Amino acid sequence: MAKGRVSIVVERCKACGFCVEFCPTRVLALSSAFNSKGYHPPHVVHPEKCSGCDLCGMYCPDFAIFATKTDPVKAGGDK
Amino acid sequence: MSDSLINDLVNPVEPFLRSDRIPHIWCPGCGIGTTVNSFARALIDSKIDLRSLALVSGIGCTGRVAGYVKLDSFHTTHGRAIPFATGLKLANPKLNVVVYSGDGDLSAIGGNHLIHAARRNIDLKVICVNNLIYAMTGGQTAPTTPDHSTTSTNPYGVFEPSFNLPHLVEAAGAVYVARWTTFHVRQITKAMSEAFQKKGFSFIEIISPCPTLYQRRNKMGDALDAMKYYKEKSKVRHGAPTSEVGMTMTGEIIVGKFVDRERPDYQTMMRAQYTESLGERYVEEPEMVCDCS
Repeated sequence: MAKGRVSIVVERCKACGFCVEFCPTRVLALSSAFNSKGYHPPHVVHPEKCSGCDLCGMYCPDFAIFATKTDPVKAGGDK
Repeated sequence: MSDSLINDLVNPVEPFLRSDRIPHIWCPGCGIGTTVNSFARALIDSKIDLRSLALVSGIGCTGRVAGYVKLDSFHTTHGRAIPFATGLKLANPKLNVVVYSGDGDLSAIGGNHLIHAARRNIDLKVICVNNLIYAMTGGQTAPTTPDHSTTSTNPYGVFEPSFNLPHLVEAAGAVYVARWTTFHVRQITKAMSEAFQKKGFSFIEIISPCPTLYQRRNKMGDALDAMKYYKEKSKVRHGAPTSEVGMTMTGEIIVGKFVDRERPDYQTMMRAQYTESLGERYVEEPEMVCDCS
């Protein structure tokens, strides 16, 4: 069970790659898809590894990504 | 569409942004947005009343911060962010005044204001995003551009010695001086929170990548390469003598908290002097109350 989840606002991304490079658990990769400005936004390749540390959100110069800690009680209730 | 809209999670920095103006004009990989993230987290951590906060910035890439944050912000003329902020602080001493500007604005065009505000120890928090070049105007040599780098005004290499900003402001009298790079996001947040607690002239220099002008002309790769260089070559030395923290083009970057000292600030000194000279006759004006509601 992942401890956190990443949210990405793809239209804001400018594909600098900071989040992909500095994610401590290597959750992300740049995707081959384009956003409307022609950049390759990141996508989540290992959702189960996310710790919700929000380092991606701290690094993102475009405010396009952030991570939140999963609330264990709420997450259990969803399923 | 965006994941965040579907599950109503909100980026912690979002409440501090004028979302209608995003995406911003900063280049892909520019470090200024990263410093804004740290600034937003520092505001959250230090639990400052946002109504008592004013952000002042000058002209330049970093000067745009004033337009993107949803705070009482003030985009001033070139180099004059500190004079505007000084006036704001003197007229309303209860305000927390933050000056958020670039190296060109603060140390070149506004260089005199920087040293005099530090000398008077006016209670300002100065955040200087240093990208080592005049970026918005096309990559001219700035006072902070390191030796031997190539710029549009020095195509054969910069030969002038550059400013060592922590040394300059310490010598002028700042009470809090720190330097970090955009790689050190958590440390920047902590430094900003500490500066908010400090009374007096606080100066935080943040070394930031400029992929479009500085790195491209010097064949230093993109912003990610700059971040990797910061990661590899920065050495944390708290309390290092600021005379030894000068920057070179490819050498070590000494980062850390260099100065944290106590000195009476401008208004404390003013009150003490007037009380000493005038005694009973010195009556403070009642504080101005602005009812903006």
